[in-house]
Amino acid sequence: MAMTEQEILAGLGEIIDEVAGVPADQVTPDKTFVDDLDIDSLSMVEIAVAAQDKFGVEIPDEQLKDLKTVQDVVNYVMRADVSA
Amino acid sequence: MRLTSGTTGARVLAFGGYQPARVVTNDELAATVDTNDEWIRSRVGIASRRIAGPDETVADMAVQAGGKALAASGLSPADIDLVIVATCTPEVQIPNTAAQTARRLGIDAPGAYDMNAACAGFCYALASASDAVRAGSARNVLVIGAEKLSQWVDWTDRSTCIIFADGAGAAVVSPVAEAEDKAGIGPVVWGSAGDMADKIYIKDRDSFIFQEGQAVFRWATTALAPVARQACELAGVDPADLAAFVPHQANLRIIEAIARRVGAPQALVADDIVTAGNTSSASIPLALSRMIERGQLQSGSLALLIGFGAGICYAAQVIKVP
Repeated sequence: MAMTEQEILAGLGEIIDEVAGVPADQVTPDKTFVDDLDIDSLSMVEIAVAAQDKFGVEIPDEQLKDLKTVQDVVNYVMRADVSA
Repeated sequence: MRLTSGTTGARVLAFGGYQPARVVTNDELAATVDTNDEWIRSRVGIASRRIAGPDETVADMAVQAGGKALAASGLSPADIDLVIVATCTPEVQIPNTAAQTARRLGIDAPGAYDMNAACAGFCYALASASDAVRAGSARNVLVIGAEKLSQWVDWTDRSTCIIFADGAGAAVVSPVAEAEDKAGIGPVVWGSAGDMADKIYIKDRDSFIFQEGQAVFRWATTALAPVARQACELAGVDPADLAAFVPHQANLRIIEAIARRVGAPQALVADDIVTAGNTSSASIPLALSRMIERGQLQSGSLALLIGFGAGICYAAQVIKVP
């Protein structure tokens, strides 16, 4: 069954809390990873790896660099989850 | 045909480490390449590294570390009948490093070979030593990881010169005659991914080391935790009972990411990279020798080791701290 947007956002919040120490309640859709959440490219890779474990969706490096905001990742996972 | 008879298990009797005298700080590198202390600390976790003198060779460092491990083991050179040097940076292809290292340590005519599994080298060599002891092809083995990566680094390339360093670490491996639970070196889990040969390489003898950092980071943070957990499972060790987790000191961010996924909350995670840099096959025994010297590890406690690097090659095993 496909995950809802809220479920993905909540899951992503947990991942970002664990990987980068950013409290999950700060992980809102409009935040940018680099400027708002102070997450660098290596942490983004870790987030992608953890997202694959949690959501079963692979985010390759070449896609990862285009995902600038929390909403971008949520959208990516939702699209991949639906097409899977 | 008559066959040798070995022993039930093997253990590490002692570790030894050696670092060259010269300390190179991040600020020193920032004076010649476009980087800075804060960036290096946050991206790779290194504050300073040691670099060998211009005339100091891989064998020189191997002799230092090997001599310390031998002295700490209580054995004499005559007790050693096999010397394995894990290195990917020997000055010459032949002769190998192991035979001259043995001669300089006063070890008379042991079996002696070098092996190259890059940064996984020490764990490969430790497994080979353990197997040799268990099979009876050797009695006591001196295992050394020694590297002079500085001679393969482009000191104008800020992506690699901040990472790689020089050093050596060694272990003496000996038989355990008693019951299985006295064994000190667990089963190895090893493997390779030759399809990723282009992620870390030195093209030819006139080239410098190249690394595709992000691809290696992704592979390491994805693939290694399951290997580490499998090594625990084969040894019958619950990760929760590990006293230490000593991965190859590649990058502090990789170390922390793997540690989070191994599930060993009690384990002291080695962070020797902070003052040693990435010393490839030397990093694990060097880190262990320094942790033991500082009194951070109790004798008989369990440590999980995992080496990984160019090839790609990787290997993991649980050991008992000597």
